[in-house]
Amino acid sequence: MAYEVNGQSVACDEEGYITNLSEWSPELAEIIAKNEELEMTDDRWEVVNFLRDYYEEYQIAPAVRVLIKAAKKSMGPDKGNNKYMYELFPYGPAKQACKIAGLPKPTGCV
Amino acid sequence: MSTLHTVNKSPFATQALVSCLNHAKAGDAVLMIEDGVYGGLGGTGLTEIIEEFGNNVSLYVLSPDLAARGFDADRLIDGIEGVDYDGFVALVAKHDRTQAWL
Amino acid sequence: MSDVKKFLYLNRRAPYGTIYALESLEVVLIGAAFEQDVSLAFVDDGVFQLTNGQNTDGIGVKNFSPTFRALGDYDVQKLFVERESLEERGLSEDDLMEIVYEDEDDDWAEKPAIHVISRAEMADVMADADVVLSF
Repeated sequence: MAYEVNGQSVACDEEGYITNLSEWSPELAEIIAKNEELEMTDDRWEVVNFLRDYYEEYQIAPAVRVLIKAAKKSMGPDKGNNKYMYELFPYGPAKQACKIAGLPKPTGCV
Repeated sequence: MSTLHTVNKSPFATQALVSCLNHAKAGDAVLMIEDGVYGGLGGTGLTEIIEEFGNNVSLYVLSPDLAARGFDADRLIDGIEGVDYDGFVALVAKHDRTQAWL
Repeated sequence: MSDVKKFLYLNRRAPYGTIYALESLEVVLIGAAFEQDVSLAFVDDGVFQLTNGQNTDGIGVKNFSPTFRALGDYDVQKLFVERESLEERGLSEDDLMEIVYEDEDDDWAEKPAIHVISRAEMADVMADADVVLSF
């Protein structure tokens, strides 16, 4: 399976997570989001960028509760809560946002 | 509170047995299984060290693993006891926890 | 909560030669969801997992050492490292990564997660655990 970005093919697994993390681009994120029937608003970008920064620093995609705890600290309590995250990413912030961010499925996520 | 330690590597290949004995507390038991049973043999380069630890901890060898490797209980260091699978289970039940040294 | 148990993950292997170290870390991260009292112990070659400056670019495997610094986010706040194991390998605490956690009960103050302890103290840590998981 693969996504098409500007005529280039980017391989992904059967759930839509890209295989090679270095092939991610903002254009690809828009395409993955579209497949998930989500529009990439500023709010969604904020979470996706947060996840990418977290991965860059720690080499893991955080579990949902870790994401929410960390988001609460860096984005404030209005955004660092379950309701907000699930409104942005109805199929789960960790799974869906990580997929868009080009990260592996979070460790411990089944 | 006491611990049953299991060791499954030959002491001539890895540090597992020596490290285990260094961390075991008085009253603990150490059961050598699989390749770990070589640690129970008398007359090796490690026998003296292991004998010394035997004063503080109880040492056991899983007999089927020893037999599989061609040795009888009479080749074991004095004080080391051979146990069968039921004996293994009894040791697990007797101690508060089991800690594996891999 | 009386059903919280003390889990000790005992790490005795160097990081990249075998899969044990990475597997251990993944189990810690997954297990953290169960909200138990989790500590990590680094003994024998396990102390090599925490060395500073690991760079795996040349060997084609993921450098997972930065992930130890995320453990605080998973409420894992105690990493015990055995002094004798360090010394036998020519290492000291200065060779280890700095790992901190934020103490929720102390206005999120950053505190060191690594505790270098003696072999005798390590034996106490092990004896104090309800469950020891070995890697």
